[in-house]
Amino acid sequence: MQPSGIRAFFDLVLGMKDVISLGVGEPDFVTPWQIREAGIYSLEQGFTSYTSNKGLYKLRLSISRYLKNRYGLEYCPDEEILITVGVSEGFDLVLRSLLNPHDKVLIPTPCYVSYPALTGLAGGIPVCIDTKHDGFKLTPARLEEAAVKNKPKAIILNYPTNPTGISYSKKELEGLKKIILKHKMICISDEIYADLTYDFEHTPFPTLSGAKEKTIYLSGFSKSYAMTGWRVGFACGPKEVIAAMTKIHQYTIMCVSITSQMAACEALVSGKKSVEEMKREYRRRKELVVAGLNDLGLSCHNPQGAFYVFPCLKGIGRKSMEFAQGLLKDQNVAVVPGTAFGESYEDYLRISYASSFENLKEALARIEKFLNK
Amino acid sequence: MDEILEILEKNGCASAEDIAKMLKKKPQAIKQAIKKYEKEGVILGYKALINKELAKDADSRVRALIEVNITPQKDVGFDKIAERIYSFPEVSSCYLISGTYDLLLIVEGSNLHTVARFVAEKLAPLENVRGTSTHFLLKKYKEDGILLKHREENKRIPISY
Repeated sequence: MQPSGIRAFFDLVLGMKDVISLGVGEPDFVTPWQIREAGIYSLEQGFTSYTSNKGLYKLRLSISRYLKNRYGLEYCPDEEILITVGVSEGFDLVLRSLLNPHDKVLIPTPCYVSYPALTGLAGGIPVCIDTKHDGFKLTPARLEEAAVKNKPKAIILNYPTNPTGISYSKKELEGLKKIILKHKMICISDEIYADLTYDFEHTPFPTLSGAKEKTIYLSGFSKSYAMTGWRVGFACGPKEVIAAMTKIHQYTIMCVSITSQMAACEALVSGKKSVEEMKREYRRRKELVVAGLNDLGLSCHNPQGAFYVFPCLKGIGRKSMEFAQGLLKDQNVAVVPGTAFGESYEDYLRISYASSFENLKEALARIEKFLNK
Repeated sequence: MDEILEILEKNGCASAEDIAKMLKKKPQAIKQAIKKYEKEGVILGYKALINKELAKDADSRVRALIEVNITPQKDVGFDKIAERIYSFPEVSSCYLISGTYDLLLIVEGSNLHTVARFVAEKLAPLENVRGTSTHFLLKKYKEDGILLKHREENKRIPISY
């Protein structure tokens, strides 16, 4: 396996002081207090043991009820839900459970860095579908073309998307679903950013008619409730797949930390208001950053979700790694070069607006200074 | 609440241009809306939140919470007597509350004695004031949603996927 080529740049950032970072893939809020307090209380009460492999029944039941109320999506807490160490573990489990050696997996790119790597680790072959000529959205036509050519076992969807922030409307998803079902693919849908969708209602893939039996739905608490460090995610899907995933999970992980699971239960009880507040704040920052970057000639589409924008450097004639290194050394502002998400994204940057209003304003001013040098 | 107010309540320094960008509106429209709020008294003013414990040469004033029992008056209820009380410059806040007491005051003075004198000489002798109970404030932890301590450094690692 290749070590991530971006590591050296990351190490450079980690070694510097007083950096304004727009390179962070996690919320800048701390976990809301009532959720932290529930974790502390569980420790005081002496909840320090293992839980069942699948996770606390109470948490699975809460997730099941939440999905039913929110989306009308029904998963049985006994057999169709597994609590995982973030979505990352869920991904690893799904791929290891589903793939036979050399099975192909379609991955729209640019994408989160783990997808191709984990596919390879599970013995599969990642097949990337570049979306940069289609506004970073997978289109039915490109999907059809890739499906015919590669006969894939599965496809990985992630929306809202890290690193571009794009998402799909229900109508767009219907278009993709037709082709996924036609070619008998399994859809692995990572919807961790679902609660941070700004322009329309998020549609979980398994809510599309006929899709649920063919979908493994992955989500978690990290982004919506600012709980990245707690490491709690969940996988929902047909019971045969969840059973296979649970087998691997029970030998490698045993169970997710009970403290984190107890805190996650509280998040589902009382976190809704905090989620709404964070979402409104993110949406305002997004508009500020998108307008600011476009004013500077870093052309960028207006994303529908998550907390990333993926501006293009072509207009100013720069390349991502050179730009990111220069900006860091010159102005102490960190961004992630597009090449972190694949070699073909050297004309792009990922900028995270999970940072305070003051930081974003200051960072934009410094980028302007850097460009005028 | 209007999002313009939500933004300004958090950051009174936000410019009309920035607010316009955040809400995808014209700066002129934001300016007009803010003017209107100011005129209607929805926005009463703008000020900095200062942690006086850290401001070096700020005079160290004492504060007291004072519970006041009053006799309401015919026709005007508590309002008239409340006005007589809150008009004193020493009174920085005045609330009508339910429960054992009627008014809750926050009174500021340069030291313990000035506050005590205000209570003894100005407040308690007022006709209709039936009793007072003064609590001196020892330490402020949180005020109007803001923690009164140094801002903690961001604990996130500065770059991640």
